[in-house]
Amino acid sequence: MSAAVQRFFGSDLWWSFTRSPITMVSAIVAAICILGALFAPVIAPHNPFDLASLNLSDAFKPPAWHEDGAREYALGTDDQGRDVLSAIMYGARVSLLVGLSATAFATLLGVSLGLLAGYLGGAVDGLLMRICDVQLTFPSILVALLVDGVVRAALPREAHDQIALFVVIFAIGISEWPKFARTVRGSTLVERNKEYVQAARVIGVPRLRIMVSHVLPNVLGPVLVVATLNLGLAILAEATLSFLGVGVPPTQPSLGTLIRIGNDFLFSGEWWITIFPGVALIAMVLSVNLLGDWLRDALNPKLR
Amino acid sequence: MAAPLLQVRNLRVEFPTRRGTLVALDDVSFDISPGEVLGVVGESGAGKSMTGAAIIGLLEPPGRIARGEILFDGKRIDNLRYEQMRRLRGKEIGAIFQDPLTTLNPLYTVGRQLVETITTHLPVNPAEARKRAIGWLEMVGIPAAAQRIDSYPHEFSGGMRQRVVIALALCAEPRLIVADEPTTALDVSIQAQVIALLKTLAREKGTAMMLVTHDMGVIAETADRVAVMYAGRVAEIGPVREVVKHANHPYSVGLMGSIPPLDRRVERLAQIDGSMPRLSAIPQGCAYNPRCPQVFDKCRQLRPDLIDAGTTRAACWLYDTEMARG
Amino acid sequence: MFAFVINRILQAIPVMLTVALISFAMFAYVGDPVAIMLGQDFTEAQRDALVRDLGLDQPFWVQFWEFVTNAAQGQFGLSYRLSRPVAELISERAPATLELAFCAAALALVVGVPMGVYTGLYRHSWLSRFFLTFSLIGVSLPTFLIGILLILFFAVQLGWLPSFGRGDTVQLGWWSTGFLTWSGVKALILPAITLGLFQLTLIMRLVRAEMLEVLRTDYIKFARARGLPNRAVHFGHALKNTMVPVITIVGLQLGAIIAFAIVTETVFQWPGMGLLFIQSVGAADIPVMSAYLMLIALVFVSINLIVDLLYYAVDPRLRIGRGQGGH
Repeated sequence: MSAAVQRFFGSDLWWSFTRSPITMVSAIVAAICILGALFAPVIAPHNPFDLASLNLSDAFKPPAWHEDGAREYALGTDDQGRDVLSAIMYGARVSLLVGLSATAFATLLGVSLGLLAGYLGGAVDGLLMRICDVQLTFPSILVALLVDGVVRAALPREAHDQIALFVVIFAIGISEWPKFARTVRGSTLVERNKEYVQAARVIGVPRLRIMVSHVLPNVLGPVLVVATLNLGLAILAEATLSFLGVGVPPTQPSLGTLIRIGNDFLFSGEWWITIFPGVALIAMVLSVNLLGDWLRDALNPKLR
Repeated sequence: MAAPLLQVRNLRVEFPTRRGTLVALDDVSFDISPGEVLGVVGESGAGKSMTGAAIIGLLEPPGRIARGEILFDGKRIDNLRYEQMRRLRGKEIGAIFQDPLTTLNPLYTVGRQLVETITTHLPVNPAEARKRAIGWLEMVGIPAAAQRIDSYPHEFSGGMRQRVVIALALCAEPRLIVADEPTTALDVSIQAQVIALLKTLAREKGTAMMLVTHDMGVIAETADRVAVMYAGRVAEIGPVREVVKHANHPYSVGLMGSIPPLDRRVERLAQIDGSMPRLSAIPQGCAYNPRCPQVFDKCRQLRPDLIDAGTTRAACWLYDTEMARG
Repeated sequence: MFAFVINRILQAIPVMLTVALISFAMFAYVGDPVAIMLGQDFTEAQRDALVRDLGLDQPFWVQFWEFVTNAAQGQFGLSYRLSRPVAELISERAPATLELAFCAAALALVVGVPMGVYTGLYRHSWLSRFFLTFSLIGVSLPTFLIGILLILFFAVQLGWLPSFGRGDTVQLGWWSTGFLTWSGVKALILPAITLGLFQLTLIMRLVRAEMLEVLRTDYIKFARARGLPNRAVHFGHALKNTMVPVITIVGLQLGAIIAFAIVTETVFQWPGMGLLFIQSVGAADIPVMSAYLMLIALVFVSINLIVDLLYYAVDPRLRIGRGQGGH
């Protein structure tokens, strides 16, 4: 273990990390977002879902530094008297959960299909890549909207609300797998013809085994980069769907939902209800994207 | 001999990298006289191409000239501003690259590329430039040049493309050509033709040439003098006949020994043990010392400069007169 | 040339048919159109009559054929939500979306391409760094937040520009345009920036990446070695070579603009097709959704065709079959 740790700190990856202040700042911001979201129930000053603690007389309080603000609501309150900061932390939880799950789903699906297409070639490859082509011509947000719309139409409303979270994860994941499939297929095509794979084939290792234990580890580098960059996109997609009112159910508001709700109060001057969740969303996505950019450059030195 | 056209003096090229500075070329010196062909040989990574790139002022960043100077026609060119150097390139110093499949812009006809080169450097109108372009294509042996001038590069074969590249390098009538492995990417059967063409044109136009290659056959046939490079330094330099037949530096001896002779059968070609050190791990003293069969103490400590070795100049302590005396 | 176009059109047909099949499947199997159209009180006879009218008693392929032929004529039935012909609803709203998309695309191209070229050529200048930082923020900002921020600043704080709607429009035949009135133009500014900004940063980053790639090639080095002036090397040789990949992505992005208009139209309550679509998704109004899907597919297929034709114009290697060797 300690050898592995030592190797990590001696690696080029770590070296380039320490050389990029922007990357380090992003890592810190991302860590704050993730920890804040993860431990929201523990560290959030209020529980925005505890109806008993809500007090309508506390509604529309501006941020604490404002003369009408209250110290206990650092970033103000919304129309129902909920603490905006706590709502953001709980909202970030939902956003991250959906983003990570959707990316994991897209990764799993895309990597398996890409591996199959690249390794088996022929008709399987042709069909899968054709599907990728067709799907990639449509923006993922549209695919996600359609999937969501169809499920919504197919299920009664109550049933839909119960599984809405999974629908969103599925919709975003299904709209983003082709990127992974393409990347993995490309690398697999290269790896497939290398000597070590041919050697494995010659000594009779089963195909599935070759794919999983020989080819897969060698194509994971690019997958990691695509996954990181995709995480930002998935979080944005969820926020967009929720903003459009077709994402997560209102009982589990994500950052996108908070922004949509707050948007109604923009004109009456209660800007903090929508702007702070917006800033949180930007901070999260920007830091993840910066980390992804850095990872891509660090893993492909020639692109610099 | 006439005053040299090109003088390279103690040239040192460095690449700053994250793990310290790599010295790609160190203390490289040689001259090229007008009309002379200097062959530069050595293994890949010995710094042959780097020297050519430094001369035409197109070192890839972050590579930079750290020391030494390059004089063209008696004037320093290594410290010229980009725009001043730009005017020399093509006009005074032409260049030919290795792979003709990638040196031509695929989206423009060869005619357009020729005409733009000619009009950039010579005071002629486009119609005249086009006439000259056709003339150049004929001169480099493109059949039906007047028709082929409006073809795109992908419509030519590899050998024909290299002829087009030669026409492009020569069309503003430079006095020096830096040819970097001009035949390496070509079919063996075409290599000889292209070399013969280069040689003829250089002689006709009185163009000097720095011919970078790792093909000793090409050197023996084309060059007047030859410089052998090893690990970023010149190991030996001298008239081509002497270096090929009676090399003095142990590395050149080894290099020449690895060429199969045509006039007799040999059981086994001589080979040099080991491989050239990486730039990050050049040994102290003579860079060749770990592989040298005649190595002795001094080689492991001090680096030799070029020393007069009779027929050639070699960077080897064997020819150090003081040592010979002592 | 002609054969090339025909070939591409033939390739587009299966794509359109696949999309039609998905649309139709949605249309036919998702939800119960009969129940939705009949409402609460109906008799068995009324129900059977409607099923017959809608052709729902026919076999699948007959229904599908019916759907395709109707779709080809622009007939998609009645909206469940608004009880009006879908074709009518869409054609009313199309001009708003198309004008918005056009302005956004023009903005993205006219600003994005030069910025990409600049950052590719002078990648260490402070302006390039600024552009790059700006572009990273651009791709990390969700479209709707950009819209909200613009509204907050220019509409709420400064009060310079309207925050919703199209302003006054002028009717030119069936086309309603906002270009001809001052309030129409003012209403376009914020939505066009909102919609175009993401594409702008994307195009900039793409052009920059391609430019860097091309500047490393041998033919650019050779162009420099021939002593061509920088202007000729950069704009004559490098830029033209970056155009081939850029055209593809930009083409796809133009299609994406129409799709992303959904978000922008929601933020600005812009009366276009996107707003219609999102309202339909919310209300499970399948006929509008499937018509919109078909329409977007048609837009994408047409853009792909135009992209292929542009390729053909830019790259001589495509014109004469496969060249010898090539790379």
